[in-house]
Amino acid sequence: MNPTIGWIRSLAESWGVPAALVPLVPFLILLVVLYAVIGLAAYGAKRKWPRADKTIAFWLFISPWLIGFAVFTVGPMVSSIYVSLTSWDLITPPRFVGFANYSEAFSDPRVGQALKVTLLYAVISVPLQTALAFLVALLMNVDLPGIRLFRTIWYLPSLVSGVAQMVLFLWVFNPQYGLANDVLAKVGVQGPGWFNDASWALPTVILMSLWTVGGAMVIYLAGLKDVPSNLYEAAALDGAGVTRLFWHITLPQLSPIILFNALTGIIGALQIFTQGFIATGGPKDSLLFFVYYLYDNAFQNFRMGYASALAWILFVIILALTAVTARGSSFAVYYESDQGGRRRPRVRKG
Amino acid sequence: MAVLVESPQRTAAEPRAVRRPDRPFWRRNLVLTIVLYVVLALGSLAFVYPFLWMVATSLRSLAGVGSAGASIWPREFLWANYSRAVTSFPFWRYALNSVLTTLIPIVGTVFSCSLAGFAFARLKVRFSGIVFAVVLATMLLPGEVTMVPQFMLFNNLGMIDTLYPLILPAFFGSPFYIFLFRQFFARMPAELADAAVVDGCGWFRMFLLVYFPLARPAVVAVSILLFMGYWNNFLGPAIYINSDQWKTLPLALAGFQSVNGTDTPLLMATSVLITLPCLVIFFFAQKQITNGITFTGGR
Repeated sequence: MNPTIGWIRSLAESWGVPAALVPLVPFLILLVVLYAVIGLAAYGAKRKWPRADKTIAFWLFISPWLIGFAVFTVGPMVSSIYVSLTSWDLITPPRFVGFANYSEAFSDPRVGQALKVTLLYAVISVPLQTALAFLVALLMNVDLPGIRLFRTIWYLPSLVSGVAQMVLFLWVFNPQYGLANDVLAKVGVQGPGWFNDASWALPTVILMSLWTVGGAMVIYLAGLKDVPSNLYEAAALDGAGVTRLFWHITLPQLSPIILFNALTGIIGALQIFTQGFIATGGPKDSLLFFVYYLYDNAFQNFRMGYASALAWILFVIILALTAVTARGSSFAVYYESDQGGRRRPRVRKG
Repeated sequence: MAVLVESPQRTAAEPRAVRRPDRPFWRRNLVLTIVLYVVLALGSLAFVYPFLWMVATSLRSLAGVGSAGASIWPREFLWANYSRAVTSFPFWRYALNSVLTTLIPIVGTVFSCSLAGFAFARLKVRFSGIVFAVVLATMLLPGEVTMVPQFMLFNNLGMIDTLYPLILPAFFGSPFYIFLFRQFFARMPAELADAAVVDGCGWFRMFLLVYFPLARPAVVAVSILLFMGYWNNFLGPAIYINSDQWKTLPLALAGFQSVNGTDTPLLMATSVLITLPCLVIFFFAQKQITNGITFTGGR
């Protein structure tokens, strides 16, 4: 703890501030001082440039984000670069080691395993999820009696998330007492070991991720309802069939949403953590997801420098994969502004 | 949410003959309808069965779990599992921590993100476009890069093993929700602002009295999304919380799983209890979830 902060805290304790609130006191004092300065600056600026009130208001309005950006993003990123070049266990002062952490990471077989597992998960689960969610949304968009009930049922599992989901599926896929193998046994198939089997653990997690496809489905469904119906009517007038309507109207109209979902899906998939944590890495490191390995190094073994280096490697990978996806799909994604209304009737957002 | 400007031939002069008869889908295509219902029913079974199995298992005895297998037929109703779940570990303490680390951050995020979103949508000044691009760019930044230094930051502030690292960052905005609010405010008519300016309203009062009340659908939708996110947050508590008194429900369940991994009914009862608030919110806000998401789309 910072000595000044410690001093303020002991002061707060002597004032009789409840113990649970003591850590908050130095933070609040910092914040009040900061906003006093900002407020004074804004007041001064307003007197000097009375016509710039819009500009002043803009910067005041985004000031919480701006402070957060500086304190929780830029500051930590810069210090993270430095920390990644040191060896540090939080207790003894950091020792500069140059690129030793990075070279260790590149020769660490567990990093290789973590990368393999995480990338495999992302590359398989994201396309599967995207395709399934889109198909389900198409199905749910058909105007059938009772379709709302089906939508609710298919969405329901996405409410069971994180730890609860993993705990549930550890039992669903329990080789002896689980739901899955009992169903398989009833149709005469000997089920695999699922999470207990090193070669099955990752496919099991991917299968599990498909269960919560409802969240993305809802977004596609909203997108489908947003497609202007006169596009369909016009095309149908010209004699287009269902297939052509799909390929030439539905898909292009939804392509920005698909890309958005795929990108956030990739970023999310590369950051998968909970499943690896609950399964403690899985048998033979088969669920050693990258962030779990990072967490393990930072907060179990207290190797802050090595963990920071791993974080930067992950960052570069995420950036590269996102860029490849965005680039690779640019030919397939249709944005309204590109075409200047040539392909689409006049539409005004209001 | 797009308002269509009717093209001329679509108004009165539209030939009536080409309009599809408004017969329901199932009467137009009966065979396909039956196929779709079969698919829907089978899919529903696959999606909802593990869920029902969780509930059924939570009501069984340990011996009952061993013999039941895939069956969800509730042969026994051991409600005692639930009372065990709330008494065998300090459940209410964890629940309180979960509520605190969910509701306060929701207020903080809605406050900071609606302010920034409004600024980006309605206060177009020099550099606001560039700043907005920076906001969007930070969406790509994985939290893991800043995880370790943020830990040190909170360590310096003396906030390790308290709930504050899970609560305070929310008051400083989050790019995704700033984006959502910006989209929402940008679609509101600009005349609103003009009217308020004529009335001599300051920007902050205008935001608070005119725009924010009108943004209720967005606030509700964002709050729901945030609730699901914060309630199930696991990485944050796993990093910052060590002592028992500050554990949140997911963290407690994870610890419980590793210690009592074989007491299935108890685990399932706890999982059901953790999921319950999300279910309740979903059933009350079903419409908002499906309508509010509209503006999350890329357009």
